[in-house]
Amino acid sequence: MSASAVLPDGRICRYSLRERVVHWIAGISYLYLLLTGLAFWSPWLFWLATLFGGGTVSRELHPWAGLVFVIAVGFMYGLWANQMHTTQTDREFWRALPHYVRNEDEEVPPADRFNGGQKVLFWGFFWCGIFLLLSGLILWFPPLIPWSLRYFRYAAVIIHPVFALLTIGLFIVHVYMGTAMERDSFHSMVRGDVSAGWARKFHPAWYDRLMRAPH
Amino acid sequence: MSQATLEIRRISGHAGSVPGAGLRREFEVCKLIDTTTCIGCKACEVACLEWNGLTFSETTFNNSYQTMPETQWNYWNLIKFNEHERDDGTLQLLMRKDQCMHCEEPGCLAACPADGAIVQYVNGIVDFQQDHCIGCGYCMTGCPFNIPKFSPTARKVFKCTLCVDRVTQGLEPACIKSCPTGCLHFGTKPEMKELAESRAAQLREESGFATAGVYDPAGIGGTHVIYVLHDATNPEAYGGLPNDPRIPWTVKLWKTPLKWIGNLAIVAGLVGVVGHYLRFGPKLPPEEEERP
Ligand code: HEM
Ligand code: SF4
Ligand code: SF4
Repeated sequence: MSASAVLPDGRICRYSLRERVVHWIAGISYLYLLLTGLAFWSPWLFWLATLFGGGTVSRELHPWAGLVFVIAVGFMYGLWANQMHTTQTDREFWRALPHYVRNEDEEVPPADRFNGGQKVLFWGFFWCGIFLLLSGLILWFPPLIPWSLRYFRYAAVIIHPVFALLTIGLFIVHVYMGTAMERDSFHSMVRGDVSAGWARKFHPAWYDRLMRAPH
Repeated sequence: MSQATLEIRRISGHAGSVPGAGLRREFEVCKLIDTTTCIGCKACEVACLEWNGLTFSETTFNNSYQTMPETQWNYWNLIKFNEHERDDGTLQLLMRKDQCMHCEEPGCLAACPADGAIVQYVNGIVDFQQDHCIGCGYCMTGCPFNIPKFSPTARKVFKCTLCVDRVTQGLEPACIKSCPTGCLHFGTKPEMKELAESRAAQLREESGFATAGVYDPAGIGGTHVIYVLHDATNPEAYGGLPNDPRIPWTVKLWKTPLKWIGNLAIVAGLVGVVGHYLRFGPKLPPEEEERP
């Protein structure tokens, strides 16, 4: 079942299997990175490392999980980047944000497959991922950075948590939207399909495009 | 070695006085290294290996007497040699014993995320507890002296302990014991500071080293290893002793203000989404909107 296809029962396929697999590889590796990273971030959260096998194990595995995460984000780039360009509708979406926040979705300009917020989420994770990777590589191998290049280490200890914090902000909103707020969107990322009504309400431009296309 | 408590103050159910209690007024220890009387014999390098049970490492030759470019995880004590050209064109062979400085405000400890991996005792010794170390290497970034070193086999970090195991038993560190010229001294911080200042004054007044002085850098609250230098205005000449060592400002920013800003932002984010849900509730698809 490929994305953006109408299924025999009238429901619509929103996410292909490939998209869902990549999403969950990124999601689970991110969750692991977040929880182990927070353990190193604050002594009050060091107990999180105990949940994952102790500080030493977490320290060894966090960077490897980081590689998995970055590779998954790379695949996401391949899957979605061309659908993530900002359009006039997205600019109007941001202007209509108060309506969106107040659940007055009739007042929000018709979104295509992804709305303005989802695009910001995508690019936010993409760019933060690049900075996390670069700073994370330095943190990974401090003994390989000679004393004369120590300023890279000084930069990495500040860049890595700053970009981690930015992704935490994105992540909180993303998880909230995908679970509590738009309950069917969690189902769509697990099983792939959404109802026609859901598509018409939250992604009208996408829905119209599907209905117009021959199938 | 977590033996600081061996200095007994009280004993339960004990008749009479506590042996040793209150005998010492000064607790802060200090090692004094007089670079002007060091002859570069490396007896201290060997004594350090011997006492700490470390294996001999391969030496490297770089057109100098120096054993290797910098200290290693299993080589904590290194004489740094430098052929220093003075302003008048004459050469001066500078020798400085390099090791952990046991900072009053240790950058290694400030940077470390692991509970109990680095401790600072009342006597000023900064000691790594490898049992608790997770091997992240943050201490290497926090230290202004390039001292903590990562062991690829143990995957933990090691450095000079100031022979804390000897000191808590009333012995001087192994390097001090081995020095044949008496350029190394060990005692309380005030005593060593006084001895160092009197030696520096002697160098200035009697030996013609007009800029001789004591190295006890204030930027990190002073150190429990101090130097007498022939030229205190140019510590860099002594194998890269930093002029004004400080904990890197990014490490300070990271460990205090950023922590608070970040933690508040995370909590605010969580409160924000919960508040939004309570106020506005979910976005329901049309077929469900009728049922609340
Ligand atoms: C992209 C590849 C990544 C690499 C190579 C990497 C590597 C590292 C390394 C080596 C450390 C030092 C301690 C340790 O080993 O765990 C670290 C710390 C940390 N990482 Fe990552 N990481 C990556 C991605 C991420 C991501 C996506 C997050 C998102 C939450 C994250 C959050 C953190 C946090 C919060 C810390 C602790 C920072 C601190 O101590 O203040 N990392 N990372
Ligand atoms: S390597 Fe060990 S001692 Fe150094 S900062 Fe990390 S946990 Fe602390
Ligand atoms: S010299 Fe470095 S390792 Fe030693 S106490 Fe100071 S900061 Fe820590």
